[in-house]
Formats: sequence, structure tokens, C-alpha cells
Amino acid sequence: MQILLNGESRDCVAGDLAALIDELGLASARVATALDGDFVAVRARGSAALRPGSSVEIVGPMQGG
Amino acid sequence: MGFSLYGVELASRLLLGTAQYPSPAVLADAVRASSAGVVTVSVRRETGGAASGQQRFFALLGELGVRVLPNTAGCHSAREAIATAQMAREIFETDWIKLEVIGEADTLHPDPFGLVEAARELTADGFRVLPYCTEDLVTAAHLRDAGCEVLMPWGAPIGTGRGLNNVYGLRALRAHHPDIPLIVDAGIGLPSHAAAAMELGFDGILLNTAVAGAGDPVAMARAMALAIEAGRAGFEAGPVPMRDMAAPSTPVLGTPFQ
Repeated sequence: MQILLNGESRDCVAGDLAALIDELGLASARVATALDGDFVAVRARGSAALRPGSSVEIVGPMQGG
Repeated sequence: MGFSLYGVELASRLLLGTAQYPSPAVLADAVRASSAGVVTVSVRRETGGAASGQQRFFALLGELGVRVLPNTAGCHSAREAIATAQMAREIFETDWIKLEVIGEADTLHPDPFGLVEAARELTADGFRVLPYCTEDLVTAAHLRDAGCEVLMPWGAPIGTGRGLNNVYGLRALRAHHPDIPLIVDAGIGLPSHAAAAMELGFDGILLNTAVAGAGDPVAMARAMALAIEAGRAGFEAGPVPMRDMAAPSTPVLGTPFQ
């Protein structure tokens, strides 16, 4: 299905956030997620269902001021 | 010389940003030269895999052995800032958050309404909020009511290096909030700016660009640390009041030819 991942349209087969993280090869990376603007904790990713048009943010550590 | 933020004792009064350094190696050397015990960090969209630069940066933080203070830089609403703070808490495993809610693009002036709203919600969610604010006394009072036990007013807009734009306002903020740590965050360009803020009685300085953008970031990190230490020592020593008229320092009594 088509989702919006980090602001860009993209196809995915995953049905939930946990599966999407696996699909993207980020299972071992230190990342955090949000779905449709709301934070989704690691433990809740498996129950965070994706739907066509879902907006997903996946962030990692970054330098900051 | 130390102070504490949310019950955490810190030996250095300098908090250093980690952005914009020429290389990770220079960043690491600058952090060490600054003696900072706290560095600011952020979260951004993950663009690589498990071996990305972002992931390597996290490993570097572990090697430096410093406490991290994640920010919500770039957020323009309370909702964005809250979600960003929650993501940062999970990544960096800290409940400290440098709360930024930006209200105006040219000055990066904080949005006081969004800031207070986000501070209240994040405090209720267990965060220790360090809000990036201005010297505005009304906003400061609302942030205290929202649960903030530290305030971080700007010296000048982020990245401008203009120093202390409103000394009167900063002095007033210090006078109104003598009982909590106040950290001047943003706008510091020179060691003398940092020293001046410390001489006003501020508890610490948070800066990034002044060090990262210097010709020699490591040397500037050291210079800032010295200036902050000198400014604090001067404040604690009790500076003389400023006068309008001259007052001779050499005794007048016994002056020859008078």
C-alpha cells in the first residue's frame, strides 16, 4: 500500500509499524516512530496498524544545538 | 563552582551544542576541551540504515560520557514538540528535554503560547522540561506554573552571535527568579558575552554556533569554558555597583599641592 514515510510517498507491504521497521532494515537501529502525528512507542508498534495514506515518521539521533 | 539541574549536580556551567562541527573528531575534541557535562542533541528523519551517520553519532555520545539534552528544534506547534520530545526520550533514554516551539521564522522567537502548553503536557508526562524562552517575565511565570524548574532565556536569536541583546530584561528575569537555575541559551558569539551573562548571575550558558563555527572550535571551546568560569567567579565575588560619576581610587587626603 501507499504510505507517506518521512514526508515522501512510498509503497510498503508491512501492515503495522513494527513490520515496517523490519521491512526498512531498521530493526537494529536506534529509531523512534510517530504515526499520523502521534508518537508510537517501541512496544506499541506491533499494534499500530498502517492504512493507505498513513503518515509515518521514523527518526534517529542527530546533532543539535 | 558546580550547580544542579533537576537534581543532577554538574561540575561545568557550560552546556554545549553538537551541531555544525567540521567533523565528528573535532566535535569530540571540542566537547572534551569545553569540560561540558551536558551536550544538546536532536532527532531527525532517519535516512540510512543501522550503520548510518546518525547511528554512529549516537555511539560517539556514549564514548564521550556526557549527559545529553535532546531538543525539539524546528517544531512550530505544541503538538509537534510533544511528539518530538517523546521520540527523543525513547532514543536518548532521558526525561530531560530542551523544549523549543518556534513562533517566528526570521528571529526563531519562541511561541510563548505553544511553549507553555507543551511544557505543561510534557511535565505531566514525566519530562524534566528546560524551555528555550525569552526574558519575558509573564511567559517565565507561566512556564514555572507549568512545572519548569529551569528557564533558558535567549541572549539573542539563535546563531546570530550578537551577545546579550536585552541586558535589562535578563537582569529583571534573574531578579524575579532567584531560586531556580537560569541558563542563557542562544546568541552567544564571544567569550566576553558568556562572561557578561555569568556576571549578571546566570547559572550557566548553552551555546553551539560560537564554538562549532569558530576558526578553531577546540580552542574556542576552551575559551568559552574559561570565560564562563571567570564570569561566575566575578559574580560570586560581588561586583562593585556601576556609577555615573568618577570616584578617585587613590586617597584624596594628603594630595600634594592641593
